[in-house]
Amino acid sequence: MSNKSKAIEIHALNKWYGSYQALKDINLTVDHGERIVVCGPSGSGKSTLIRCVNSLEVHDSGQIIVDEIEMKDDESIHEIRSEVGMVFQQFNLFPHLTILQNLTLGPIKARGMSKVDAEERAMRYLERVRIPDQAHKKPSELSGGQQQRVAIARSLCMEPKIMLFDEPTSALDPEMISEVLDVIVDLAEDGMTMICVTHEMGFARRAADRMIFMDHGEIIETGKPEEFFEAPKSERCRKFLSQILQH
Amino acid sequence: MTLKTSIALACILFVAGCSAAPGAWGWYVIDPRTTSGYNNIRFLLNGFGATILLSLIAASLSMVIGLLVALPGMSSNRWLRYPSRIYIEFIRAIPLLPMLFWVFYGLPVVLKSIGISVSIDAFWGAIITLAISDSAFTAEIYRAGIQSINKGQTEAAKTVGLNYAQTMRYVVMPQAIKRILPPLANQFIYIVKMSAFASVIGMQELTRRANELVVTEYRPLEIYSLLILEYLVLVLIISFFVRWLERKMGSDESK
Repeated sequence: MSNKSKAIEIHALNKWYGSYQALKDINLTVDHGERIVVCGPSGSGKSTLIRCVNSLEVHDSGQIIVDEIEMKDDESIHEIRSEVGMVFQQFNLFPHLTILQNLTLGPIKARGMSKVDAEERAMRYLERVRIPDQAHKKPSELSGGQQQRVAIARSLCMEPKIMLFDEPTSALDPEMISEVLDVIVDLAEDGMTMICVTHEMGFARRAADRMIFMDHGEIIETGKPEEFFEAPKSERCRKFLSQILQH
Repeated sequence: MTLKTSIALACILFVAGCSAAPGAWGWYVIDPRTTSGYNNIRFLLNGFGATILLSLIAASLSMVIGLLVALPGMSSNRWLRYPSRIYIEFIRAIPLLPMLFWVFYGLPVVLKSIGISVSIDAFWGAIITLAISDSAFTAEIYRAGIQSINKGQTEAAKTVGLNYAQTMRYVVMPQAIKRILPPLANQFIYIVKMSAFASVIGMQELTRRANELVVTEYRPLEIYSLLILEYLVLVLIISFFVRWLERKMGSDESK
């Protein structure tokens, strides 16, 4: 792959909800294999930003290019979505399907894989997130941590090049957070390109190549984790970090 | 509950009938032991076929039209959404009886003026009217059911590459159907009862036959009592069937 090719390029991105501007002139490029952690106070636009990357939110102006595909029409959005996996705060597993069916639905219906191949692949990823024995249960029978790991495996079954995590541990009980973060760190070590919105700063130190701090729809500060945590440049970022790191 | 209610209702009718005209209680008119009574009963019961067929076809059409109206109504595109809203608001505002007259007497004229020469008989006139009138309500039932499914479900479906039709078919509808079914069944009961209006354009269903018999026998109390009983039995059977279906599909979320 050439040096010039980027995983994600975002230029002058703006997004409004009515008269409220959720994203203000965002510029961001992400290299292949890069792991980015986005943090910031609630309402700062961090979720909106990553939801724009796979067009779950439609931006109002600016340019988004994912793996050299420019987002412009339904067809390009469909192509981009097939490159980008996403894990949600609320897991969003399909409650009427078994774990295995959750994992094979996309590969079978969207990719036209055979059931046997899709199930074989699903079991491989379930092993990777360490819950192959739950394959035939319904999501409601699993703990929150297990459900989120299933959600990660479901995304991986589409074999995406980029993973987006939207506060993947915020809805979890404290004792289940690490089992989910371990799986994400695992992925990061394998070279997966990822953007993760999270407040887990210990995880950020372990896994991130670059930190991004957002506030009021803007990227305020960006930097390597060590600099970011030791010597934040902006006052707002310093204040935010002191608030979330003091306990 | 329903059984107790029906027994109570029968008692009240019986007592009311007795007190209205002492000694003139006229069950003979539908007494199956006499030839004329037997023939009268057969005449009345023969209306079941038309009522059931009418209701079934109208309800099926209404379910299809309702879905076709509801889906664009949930679009983010206003040019898809507005026509759906207008249809629902407009159709919902028209009472059934005037619409029935309009379809039966007016629609053939409209069609003829644009070069389509068809006659609409009472059967199809009633079906078209019932289906269209009811479709506005079924559309709202679909909308409520589909919108009750968490938005995260469609978002997750998008991220695993499903298109709109696949998302509806494999993710949204299997979950929504459990919430749609009970009100839809309610709506079917409503159609069965509203089908009585078809009698005014000459459709030979339960109500029409009762009316005709009343004219010849002049025994309204007995004949209309039987008519009510006929609808009651029909609706109770449907209710029973719906409960069974709900149990089978696991719609009952209380257990």
